[in-house]
Amino acid sequence: MDAELIAMQLFSGVALGAILVMVALGLSIIFGMLGVVNFAHGALFMVGAYAGLYVATLTGSFWWGLLVAPLAVGAFGMLIERVLIRPLYGRSIDDPLLLTFGLGYVLVETVRILFGNEGMPFPTPPELAGVADLGIGYFPIYRLFVVGVVAVILLLLWLGLEKTRFGLIVRAGARDPQIMRVLGVDVARVWLMVFGLGVGLTALGGVLAAPMRSVDPEMGTLVLAEAFVVTVIGGMGSLVGAIVAGLLIGIAISMTALFAPEMATIVMFALMALVLLIRPQGLFGKPGRA
Amino acid sequence: MTASVHSVAEVMAGPAGRRGWRERLARWRVPLSVLVLCLLPWVLPSQALAVNVLIYGLLAVGYNLLFGYTGMLSFGHAAFFGAGAYATGIGIGQFGLPWFAAIGYGMLAGGALAFVVGLLAIRTRGIYFSMVTLALAQLVYYTALQATSITGGENGLRGFTLARIDLFGWSIDFLDPVKKYYVLMVFAALALWFVSRILNSPFGAVIEAIRENETRARACGYDVERSKVMSFTLSGLVCALAGALFALHLAIVPLDILGIQTSGMIVMMTLLGGAGSFFGPFVGALAFLLMEDVVSLWTPHWQIVVGTVFILFVLFLPKGIWGTLLAWRAGR
Repeated sequence: MDAELIAMQLFSGVALGAILVMVALGLSIIFGMLGVVNFAHGALFMVGAYAGLYVATLTGSFWWGLLVAPLAVGAFGMLIERVLIRPLYGRSIDDPLLLTFGLGYVLVETVRILFGNEGMPFPTPPELAGVADLGIGYFPIYRLFVVGVVAVILLLLWLGLEKTRFGLIVRAGARDPQIMRVLGVDVARVWLMVFGLGVGLTALGGVLAAPMRSVDPEMGTLVLAEAFVVTVIGGMGSLVGAIVAGLLIGIAISMTALFAPEMATIVMFALMALVLLIRPQGLFGKPGRA
Repeated sequence: MTASVHSVAEVMAGPAGRRGWRERLARWRVPLSVLVLCLLPWVLPSQALAVNVLIYGLLAVGYNLLFGYTGMLSFGHAAFFGAGAYATGIGIGQFGLPWFAAIGYGMLAGGALAFVVGLLAIRTRGIYFSMVTLALAQLVYYTALQATSITGGENGLRGFTLARIDLFGWSIDFLDPVKKYYVLMVFAALALWFVSRILNSPFGAVIEAIRENETRARACGYDVERSKVMSFTLSGLVCALAGALFALHLAIVPLDILGIQTSGMIVMMTLLGGAGSFFGPFVGALAFLLMEDVVSLWTPHWQIVVGTVFILFVLFLPKGIWGTLLAWRAGR
């Protein structure tokens, strides 16, 4: 077991974790603002990957898929919020959860009808194929690209939330939507945008993940469970928590795959159980919210 | 003056009369359920559908104890259903247990798993609880997938077919669908009686108090955490029995039984029928399976219809079929 192999695997974990960060952030942003857990989040990740594949095949360029798919699926997310989720505000917190679960079902079956049950390959764009020598080992360029894209998105998100008027409204609205309404902010519109943003992030995660694996209608199921684990470990509604826990889980999965491959899918759940025992509100969660 | 007194008396008599009707229904709920279960194979289009309604109905009854009566939305009950099924199959096929002991073993395994998962999951509340139960059920799924030597992995568990079952000197042909149905039904009837007793007990009142207002229940001095774990375990126990019956019925345990789809199906059935009502889960299981049967005649993608119907129910009929009927009858 040499250092180079470990470094490569570690880096794989970071790339995997970066995808999880996108998905978990989307989940966390929606929850933090709307108080809704989107159980269709995994399905929308899958829809994002298929949309990316579809656009990339149509235009012959991966870049169009990467750009168009998250925007289109994000817009679709806004439609979902407007038509299906908005009637449920003020009702039991379980209702949006149940509804989005049913929606996930419908989305998976729709994709099966449109694209078939079998998985499809998603070729790595030729510009990003191959490996790069970073001095400590050879790393697949595509994975470096994924980590770079996620880093840029995180920076943009941070700037958007901290430095813009919209971000100010979002942060204030997460704390007290009632006061925001009194102050004359159209909270319904903000929630619509936030839901679209969260869905767009998971769709972007789907497109980015697709070339590292293949796309299939069931690909969202494990991702949903992974995103939940990340959110529970990081602390629900905590954006920093989602980032730290996402990377942590990605690295944990990847390193376990190196040393004990049969434990790779199990290790993150064990980590979650451990966090629940020691710190039920999550690493970055506030006590009392759990 | 007398007229107004008279009308007041009438007003008082009205709701009391209706309450009487509901109380009578509640008192006879177990015999009525068993009667319906007895008739099921003769009124439904196929034997296979009847036995599925029996097993999934019981599964939903177990789940309803937690979701409908305690107000905890678990998305991981496939784990206990599956654990009951796997342990029963393993008990017969690998340990050579007699069939009734294997059912007990299945319930023990499922109940113990529910106890452990419950202890962990109740450390979180509300939405977190749903997420944690889903994640822990996925852990069980992947563990079963990896433990190929015990569970058969992706191929599922096989090799425990029962041709005949013996009890107290009787020998029953277990390959005869009607006889098999009634053997399994005895266990479902016992479980229904058990659940009904739980709901009528002081403990039943405590879990409903937790559903209505957890803080107030705690302030009244009830041990909320312990009651939640108890409710979770009992619910898992009933679901494990449903799993044991499933294993005896099919003589194979597919890995899918542990999947997220199964957990979701349990939730859907319970909600479609009416969470928090005694008959609701069976109505829901029947509605779900009938829908699956009918729709899959003209498309393999029946889930798209089921999912859409489920969404419409959440939006417009959150009390489910039976719950809405009850509310409509009470509101007349």
